[in-house]
Amino acid sequence: MKKKRTFIQLLATALTNGYVLGFTKGKIYQGDLKKICVPGLNCYSCPGALGSCPIGSLQAVLGSRNYRFSFYMLGFFMLVGALLGRAVCGFLCPFGLLQDLLYKIPFFKKVKNLPGHKYLIYLKYVILVVFVILMPLIFVDIIGQGSPWFCKLICPAGTLEGGWTLALLSPEIRESIGWLFTWKSFILIGILILSMGVYRPFCKYVCPLGGIYGLFNPIAFYRISIDEEKCTKCSVCRKACPMDIPVYETPNSRECIRCGECKAACPHQAIKIGFGGGRNDK
Amino acid sequence: MKKYKSLFIAAAGIGLMIVGIYRQEVVVLYEKAIHICLECVGIG
Repeated sequence: MKKKRTFIQLLATALTNGYVLGFTKGKIYQGDLKKICVPGLNCYSCPGALGSCPIGSLQAVLGSRNYRFSFYMLGFFMLVGALLGRAVCGFLCPFGLLQDLLYKIPFFKKVKNLPGHKYLIYLKYVILVVFVILMPLIFVDIIGQGSPWFCKLICPAGTLEGGWTLALLSPEIRESIGWLFTWKSFILIGILILSMGVYRPFCKYVCPLGGIYGLFNPIAFYRISIDEEKCTKCSVCRKACPMDIPVYETPNSRECIRCGECKAACPHQAIKIGFGGGRNDK
Repeated sequence: MKKYKSLFIAAAGIGLMIVGIYRQEVVVLYEKAIHICLECVGIG
């Protein structure tokens, strides 16, 4: 499962960032595929990006002077959420893959969570409401346009995929670097370092996209089910779960990224994962 | 039952996306996505 998941993650990252010319020329793709959002957090200013970032797109529409609500993005989240939920985080998000790889680097101590984990997991919803939804709607310029505040002040995926990559490739971008770039680089470096010791800190505490998909986990087609007859509530699944979920109690928790570690660890084969929850779903 | 709920939400999602396309929200999204987003890369 681990190898299969890593393969799918690599494939998804390569497919969504497959515009090779962008990396050679330091320019971004401008074709029609950019009208479509990719499921994971993937900056559309990455030279390789073939699609649009859902969080960037939501802010673009909300911050536009013509729209105060995005039917397109709400529909997109409902469709992807109902099909996959946070399996997107586990399988299709390039920034999730990066954190997974960093966590594999030998480090003096690995911990699952940061102190205050049970409260910090709600931070991503605060970020979603404040930076992604309210600020682009409220803080507008004289022509009525709002900024993508999450992208501007927080998003480390944008800094890495767009900022650092373009700064490397384009002298014009390098000349324009200022305090904002420094601030965002500080956040990115912090998250990268943290990811070596804590499993997916950005996904657990910061990512508004993961927060949205998490809301769909309880009803998504791709889900976990527990065979109550086989489950002894031994808690092995919780110990194996890198997101620290008591899988036997809440198999479809908002925090679950469907990595499958619980299924692999279960000594009683009581956990099924798949579309419709494997064979156990009632 | 959950299956029908998921199906309904997915179908409603497709419906809302069509409404969004009809309202030309995709034009805004596309315009943003094909130019380097200075905010996203940490410049503007």
